[in-house]
Amino acid sequence: MSNLFNIDIVNPEQSFLSKDNVFEVVIPAVEGEIGILKDHIPIISFLKPGIIRVFSESEEQSFYVEDGIVEFKDNTLSVLTSSIFDLKDADKNFVSESISSAEAELSKDNIDDQKRFLLNHKVEVLKSISIN
Amino acid sequence: MPSLDDLRKRITSVKSTQKITKAMKMVAAAKLRKAQENAEKGRPYSEKMNNVILNLSKSITDKENAPKLLVGTGEEKVHLCIVLTADRGLCGGFNTNIIKKAKSYFEKIISENKTLKIITVGSKGYDQLKRQYKSYIVENISFKESKNINYFDADKVGKIIIEKFEKNEFDVCAIFYNKFKNVITQIPQEQQIVPLNEDKDDKDDSGNDNDYEFEPDEDEILSNLLPKNISTQIFKAMLENSASEQGSRMTAMDNATRNAGELVDRLTIEYNRSRQAAITKELIEIISGAESL
Repeated sequence: MSNLFNIDIVNPEQSFLSKDNVFEVVIPAVEGEIGILKDHIPIISFLKPGIIRVFSESEEQSFYVEDGIVEFKDNTLSVLTSSIFDLKDADKNFVSESISSAEAELSKDNIDDQKRFLLNHKVEVLKSISIN
Repeated sequence: MPSLDDLRKRITSVKSTQKITKAMKMVAAAKLRKAQENAEKGRPYSEKMNNVILNLSKSITDKENAPKLLVGTGEEKVHLCIVLTADRGLCGGFNTNIIKKAKSYFEKIISENKTLKIITVGSKGYDQLKRQYKSYIVENISFKESKNINYFDADKVGKIIIEKFEKNEFDVCAIFYNKFKNVITQIPQEQQIVPLNEDKDDKDDSGNDNDYEFEPDEDEILSNLLPKNISTQIFKAMLENSASEQGSRMTAMDNATRNAGELVDRLTIEYNRSRQAAITKELIEIISGAESL
């Protein structure tokens, strides 16, 4: 029996990625990374800034996401996100701009702990992208 | 009876108007295709979003403590209406239809002695509503600068709504837009987004509901998801609206081109008739002049 399942990544403007031959997806869920294999229990969770890794038979793809919702059901993983890009065509300027805007946001006083945590995390991930 | 010269001038002027309307029709047709594509591409997102919310709200047992965006504040006193229109005119009844729909809703709210607040998105809606409802309009947003509809703009509107909701500035929120059915038909829509109206039809299949695992818990996911859903709904409405606008403009300009063509034909006949009448008159004068000699 095959151990493959489907993945759909959609953003508001279009369907970003749709594949039916992936065997593992690692998603940066808000409480830690989750690796999803076939026949995972139905789950709904949401994302924090991070990297989605999609492992299919032929290749491995990585995407940066800022936020989003994931739903896994009947061996289909749906990822709804408003901002996503492929790490391969990451725009250096865009990344550094995002870092500086996140840092500017961090320096404000009126943010709560959760937001501070998310922003710190975002800066960290973005920096790791820009180094590579 | 207009002179020959007047008729000639009118024919040229109608012809040049026809050229303009024809060009506008072509432009609208090209834009329509793109807008339609965008609307179709954006559909999966809002559909999936709806599914997730539906599944989530099914599994919420404690309705009392459910997020207010889902179940409402328990009151219905202050209504916030988001009227989405185009920024440009010359598109037939497109803007007027939305306004008409919105106005009948406004009248209902006012007659029930409830408080009305209006946010207009798109300058045409503001222009038409400011005369009668100026005191109710709390915000007036226009995205004239952005060339394409993008999620970022919709998110801005969504954030304004959330902010107002958190400040308890309204209880019920409805949006007005045109739903794109086909090029000729656009249906003005009224959609309530706060509190969320559950589709009754979808309730039947609740027998096979999956037991989802939630991480973190349902409440937290919902409170994260619902604000996003509002932006998504607005975005969907904006996409539908832009497709409708182009469709409506295309039909209107097509009609205008045809009417101009008819007008040209009629004027040409009139022009030819009076030209011939003048010739005949001159002939009669010459002949009777010759006879009298």
